[in-house]
Parts: sequence; structure tokens; C-alpha cells
Amino acid sequence: MSENAIELKGICKYFGKVTANDNISLTVKKGEILSLLGENGSGKTTLMNMLSGIYFPDKGQILVDGEEVTIRSPKDAYRLGIGMIHQHFKLIDIFTAAENIILGQEGQSQIINLKAVTADIEKLIHRYGFQLDLNKKIYDMSVSEKQTVEIVKMLYRGANLLILDEPTAVLTPQETEHLFGVLRNMKQDGKAIIIITHKLHEVLSISDRVSILRKGAYIGTVETKDATEQSLTEMMVGEKVSLNIDRPTPHNTRKCLEVKHLTCINKYGVKAVDNVSFTALGGEILGIAGIAGSGQKELLEAIAGLQEGDGSILFTDPATGEEEELLGKDPLEIKKMGVSLAFVPEDRLGMGLVGDMGMPGNMMIRSYRNGKSALLEQRGPRQLSEKVKEELEVVTPSISYPVRRLSGGNVQKVLVGREISNSPKLLMTAYAVRGLDINTSYAIYHLLNEQKEKGVAVVYVGEDLDVLLELSDRILVLCGGRVSGILDARTATKEAIGLLMTKHGEEN
Amino acid sequence: MAAPKQKEPFVRIVKRDSISLGKSVAIRIAAILLSLAFCAVLIYSITHSNPVQVYRSMMDGAIGTGRRTWNTLRDTMILLVTALAITPAFKMRFWNIGAEGQILVGGIATAAVMRYCGNSMPTLLLFALMILVSLAAGLIWGLIPAIFKARWNTNETLFTLMMNYIAIQLTSFFSIAWEAKKGSGNIGTINQKTQAGWISTSFLPDIFGNFNYSINVFIVLTLTVLMFIYLQYTKHGYEIAVVGQSENTARYAGINVKKVILRTMALSGAICGFAGFLLVSGSSHTISTSTAGGRGFTAIIVSWLAKFNPFVMILISFFLVFMGNGATQIASEFQLNESASEVITGIILFFILGSEFFTNYRLIFGKHRKEANE
Repeated sequence: MSENAIELKGICKYFGKVTANDNISLTVKKGEILSLLGENGSGKTTLMNMLSGIYFPDKGQILVDGEEVTIRSPKDAYRLGIGMIHQHFKLIDIFTAAENIILGQEGQSQIINLKAVTADIEKLIHRYGFQLDLNKKIYDMSVSEKQTVEIVKMLYRGANLLILDEPTAVLTPQETEHLFGVLRNMKQDGKAIIIITHKLHEVLSISDRVSILRKGAYIGTVETKDATEQSLTEMMVGEKVSLNIDRPTPHNTRKCLEVKHLTCINKYGVKAVDNVSFTALGGEILGIAGIAGSGQKELLEAIAGLQEGDGSILFTDPATGEEEELLGKDPLEIKKMGVSLAFVPEDRLGMGLVGDMGMPGNMMIRSYRNGKSALLEQRGPRQLSEKVKEELEVVTPSISYPVRRLSGGNVQKVLVGREISNSPKLLMTAYAVRGLDINTSYAIYHLLNEQKEKGVAVVYVGEDLDVLLELSDRILVLCGGRVSGILDARTATKEAIGLLMTKHGEEN
Repeated sequence: MAAPKQKEPFVRIVKRDSISLGKSVAIRIAAILLSLAFCAVLIYSITHSNPVQVYRSMMDGAIGTGRRTWNTLRDTMILLVTALAITPAFKMRFWNIGAEGQILVGGIATAAVMRYCGNSMPTLLLFALMILVSLAAGLIWGLIPAIFKARWNTNETLFTLMMNYIAIQLTSFFSIAWEAKKGSGNIGTINQKTQAGWISTSFLPDIFGNFNYSINVFIVLTLTVLMFIYLQYTKHGYEIAVVGQSENTARYAGINVKKVILRTMALSGAICGFAGFLLVSGSSHTISTSTAGGRGFTAIIVSWLAKFNPFVMILISFFLVFMGNGATQIASEFQLNESASEVITGIILFFILGSEFFTNYRLIFGKHRKEANE
């Protein structure tokens, strides 16, 4: 028996010319929580996928419990007691929690004794302090309940090493606290846990040690008690970074957008936005908080003319002071009315950009109609591409390189660059920094602040409450499609927002 | 360090991020050579004929004489124009597998004009009318599934396929209505004596010889250039590309997706109708249920293999027709039956399509892990 649950030695993984993992060695002891920290594209997920049998390492060794092993498939990983909780859950909606947990389990008998199994699972649940109703169907569950099912499933299968890939991205602060409690109980019980997260304060609060990757290379491992947010960031980025977001005081604010009693039914026939009213001011950043899927997408799309609904969306032209109704118009009609509105949608390649085209093809998405000729005007978009590439430091082999092949951060820069290029009056962004590295994220915050200073009304839908609290002037909280509160971001607390995010609009 | 107890995977498949032009051409040439070698083994084992001789007579069959060369060129142009026709639709990710039917209705319309107006109209007017009705017929045939797709989001693959059968039935109907001899069930050559409505085969005889299809070639090559410009440099072409990539992005850009679907399918159908005109007026001078001859389907292969580049389609169409015509020759010369030619073309296509895999992925055979750090 070894005190190390798992040991990686000299692991390398290449994808074509790209080195995803370069000579990585790390160890997780039994009864320890290790945080794996690194920016996007640093190779964390690739490394974990090799542990869970999805990829096979090009070089290096994996030792489980002191013995060298070969993990060729997820089945091998299960057998070795390695369980991975992915960001996207792999559960069957119409089954209950218990049925999902025993699904795919190899047993001696062909007959499933659901009662006996349920009793076993209940024991597990009590042992670690989960909160889970085993008879509840998955489709009735919240995200955090589904996550619990995934974790219990792995434990029930005998996992001794749990890997959690950004488990808190979809949770409220309260749910995160509860998850951490459970993880601590598991640690007491001798389980080894690897947690991947971007949130530094979580790293500090939950883990015993932190291993850091940067651009595929192993940078080092530190004891959490010796680390600070600043020191971790520097290891992660490789240089000093200022972690403060500016928040200039708004001045000369004026009404830009007024949404009144907006209700939208989405394509699944669900009331996604329910009687929402608010005002967005020019010269201020309005943050929108809420659990994923609380109506953020539909709300922004309704304003952009991509979603039908009832109620009213009034846009005030800052020059003339005239009000224009946006609801019921399509994007082209909105543009023809002279409303300059910029929208950075959540699904960048699926909605904002055309993946197979280069930068010029994407720059002309909103402007290609200009001019009477049947032929495309190519020069303007090319110039704009060069300008965006230079100003936002887009890393691309050439402007004609398909944007699909660019990294997430560069894709976002192309999109944001185009949207702010035609000096909008209203700028809406959905999860603008999702998947971006720290430097790019701060570059985006900076761009948003610039727009705010220019008098643009900025609507920022975000998931990281710390950022929302630092960047926004006001925060609107959505819960189940309803507005559960609008707070002053300078005085609000994370806990208050967290409560509003789950308060299922009894009032209002 | 003890050797691992289990074997690592024998072969792993890794996606390439890019491939040089030279390499991708080399892979395709290797695929063609391999397929020829494979066919050679097959031919030898079945017929015991010398494969080299067989290939030589294939060459002979396709471009052995001036006449054969012109026939090969004529068939190439028909295949090429059909591929050009379906390309806008496929680029929009509208699976138009109804080119066959769109060609047939264009052919019927052309035949009708030739039959009823052939001997009573001035040539110029006659041709204008033939072209116009063939375009219109194809356009309608292409537009019907597009309307249903835009309106009720029906499945265009099934819809365009079904439309083929209607077109074939229509052709059967007219074959009997217009039959040359009672009870024969076929139309025979239209305007055999006057050749009214036939595209001339003796254009510029000093340059191209007394018998040529140079007019067909000129028309189709012009269309090729136009289609390239349309797809690459016009606003319409841009809209087609955006809709094909993502309807959501198209809506975001304010593109009227329904309008683009209708417009593009109208164009695609109309050019297919024009291919029908070229077939009836420019080569067969008759119409039957086999006039389209599967070109509507082969054209899909041409279009995709060329990655929607009209100029590359010229090469691919030529290659496929060359193989087809050559194979017909060996079928008769070596007393193989007609299907032998199809078998060979099929094998070659299979290899070419299979080689796509190697341009996108590369294989790594297990031999790693040895250098694990000690």
C-alpha cells in the first residue's frame, strides 16, 4: 500500500503540433484535496482525461496505489477507482436518481434488487452528508442535485479518486459551500480528490495543495496555507497581474433602454422570461446575475430582435430623445431604424460568428449589405480585421485563418471587436469572459469600461459573482425568468445575491 | 521499472490540424494508384487478362479518337453543370438530392418546345424559348421542396428524392404520349431530319474538327466562372455561406433565412433544368427516363470532393467521366459485361472517398511510453 492515491510521472500528450501536456508529474495523497489550477488551454482537462481513460498518454507513467497501470478506456478507470465528474452531466432524464446511480453497474445477478441497492446508496449519502432524494427523477432536479447524483454514482462504483471539473461553475455560493462540506467529509474518509476550478478563493478554502499548469507545462505545487490569490495568479500567468477591476463612477447617465413587463416563451414552450421590467442607463454597466438558464439568453435575444415576446422594449435615441419599440422587430428592422445595438451572444461560434470564415468574413456579418452593388465590398472588412487584430492583440496566423481554429479568447476578441467597432449605444454581452484566460478577461473588462465611459449602456450577463460585484454599477438578479431583485453593486454582498438567485420569486 | 502489464492500444487516430497542399494531393494520387492496383488484381483474378492492357484500352475508350474525346468532354460538361447546379444548395446545407428530377423536367420542357415549335420558329427565338422553359421547369421543381422546407420545415432530403420519382413518371408519361412509333414507348430522335433545336456540332470546324461539342464546353465553362464569382464574391454567395454554417448566426446578422433558402433552391433547380436542356438539345436529342442517368447523384460526389470549388469540379467531373467511358470500352473489348465498368468506377470512388479520412486524420501506431523519465 502506498500513501499516494495516484502518481503521474512525466506525462506528455500531443495533438498534432500542439503540446497539450509536457512532462507533467504530480501526486495526490489519500485523504487529500488537490486543486489543479491553470488558465484555459493550459492542459488541465487533457491531463484529467488521460486519468479517466478518454485519451491515452504519448509518454509517461501513471501509478495507482503505487503500481503502474495502463488506462485505455473509461472502463479501466472505473476498475481502478477513478471517477470523473464532468462539467456536462451524463444522466438519463427520465430515470430516478437511484436508477441513474446503478445504471451500467456490472453485477453478479441479472436481477436488480432496487430496494437493497437503494439502502446501500442511502448509507453512502448519510456517511458523507449529501442531500439527495433517490426517488426523484432527474428532470425534476436542479443543477446542484444532478451534480450530487453524479458524485454519488462515482462513489457507489467504488471511486477512491474523484476528479471534479469546474464543479462550482453552475452553483450558487450556498450550494458551493455545501459541496465543499461534502468534499471535506470524503477527504476525512481517506478519498483523494482533484478539483479543477478557476475561482482562486475556492482553491484557497477547499484544497490542501495546489498544482499549477501553464501552457501545457507543469509549473509547480504549493501548500495552500502558503499561497495567496496573488501568488497563485502569478504562477498561473507567469507574470505580475493586477487583480483589481476599475469601476469609474458613472456620470451623465441617461435612460437608454426600458424593458416593461416582458414575457417570452422559448422554443421549448417554456416561459423563459416572466414579466421582467428594468431600465438600462447609458454610461453605466448593468450586471445580470442568475443561475444558468434563468432567462438571461432569452432576455438578451428579445432585445436583439431574435426572440418573440409580450410587453415592451423601448430604446431611447440619445441624440433625439425619441423612443422606439424594439419588440417584434427582427435584427434587420432594428438596424434600419437606426438603433445601434451590439450583442455578444453566449454561443460565439454558433450565433455571433461564422466559424469557417476568416476575420474579414466575420467582420462583414453586420455590414455586408452596405452599398448597392451585388458584389461584396472586401476592403473595409479587411481593414477592420487588421485594426481589430492589432488593437485587441488577436493571435492568428493571418486574418483569413478560420476563426473556428482560434483559441476561445481570440474568438471572443474578434466578436467583441466587431461589435464595438460600429460605436453602439447599447452593448449587451452574455458570459463575455467565459473560458478566457485572466489577461484576456481583464482586457475585456477594460473594453467594457471604455464603452461605459463613452456613454454606452452596457448590459453584462455574468456568472462569476465576484466579477459582477466589482465591475457593475447595478446588478439585476434573475431567478426562474423573473427579476428577484435589483441591487446597488457597491453595497450588495455575494450572499445577498446568492439568496436572490434561488428565491423563486414568491414576491414580485 | 517493470514493463507495463497490459499492451497499449495498437493504433491511435489523431486529427490533423492542417495539411499541406502537396501532402493532400499526394494522398489522393496514392489513393487512385492503389485503387488501380486493386482493380488490376481483381481483373486478373476474375478474367486472367493483362491489367495493363485493360487500362490501355480504357484510355483508348475515353480519348482514343477525336470523336471519343468529344464524347468524353460532352459528358464531362453535363456532369459539371449538374455539379455546379447543386453546389449553392449544398453549400447552404440544403440536401438537394433531387437534381435527377430537376434535370428531367428541364429536359421534358426542352423536348416539348423542340417538338411543337421546332419547325415553325426562327432559330434564335427557338433557343431562347427552350432555355427559358427548361430553366423555369427546373426552378419550379427545385422551389417546391424549398417552399415546404421554409414554411413547415419538412425534410428536404426525402422531399427532393420523392420529387425525382414524380419527374420519372412524368417522363414515362410523355414517352408514350409523344412516342415515335405506336407501341414503342419511346420518343425517338426529335427533329431527326431538320435538326431544329439541336445545338450545332460543327461549330468552328477549322479549329475543333468537323464534329465537336465546343458550344457545350464554352457554355458550361462560362457558367463555372460565373458560379465561382457568385459563391465567392457576391452578397448572395455570402448569405448562402452564412446560412449553411449556422442559421442562428444568419438570423443574428439579420439575414432572412427563408428567403435565402427559396432563392438558392430556385437557382439550383433552374441550373439543373438547364442541364436538362443541354442533354436534350445538345447531346441526346430525345428524352427518356434514363436521360439523367444518375448524374444528379454523381454530381453530389463531384461537388463535395471539390469542396464546393467550381474549378476543382472540372477536374473531378472529367476524371469520373473518363473512367466511366473508358470502362465501357473494356467491358466490350474484354467481354466483361457493362457492370464491370461500374464496379471499377465504384472501387476508384471508394478509394478516393476513403482517402479523405487520411487527409483529416493521421494514424499513430503504438510505440511510445518507452522514454518515460527515470
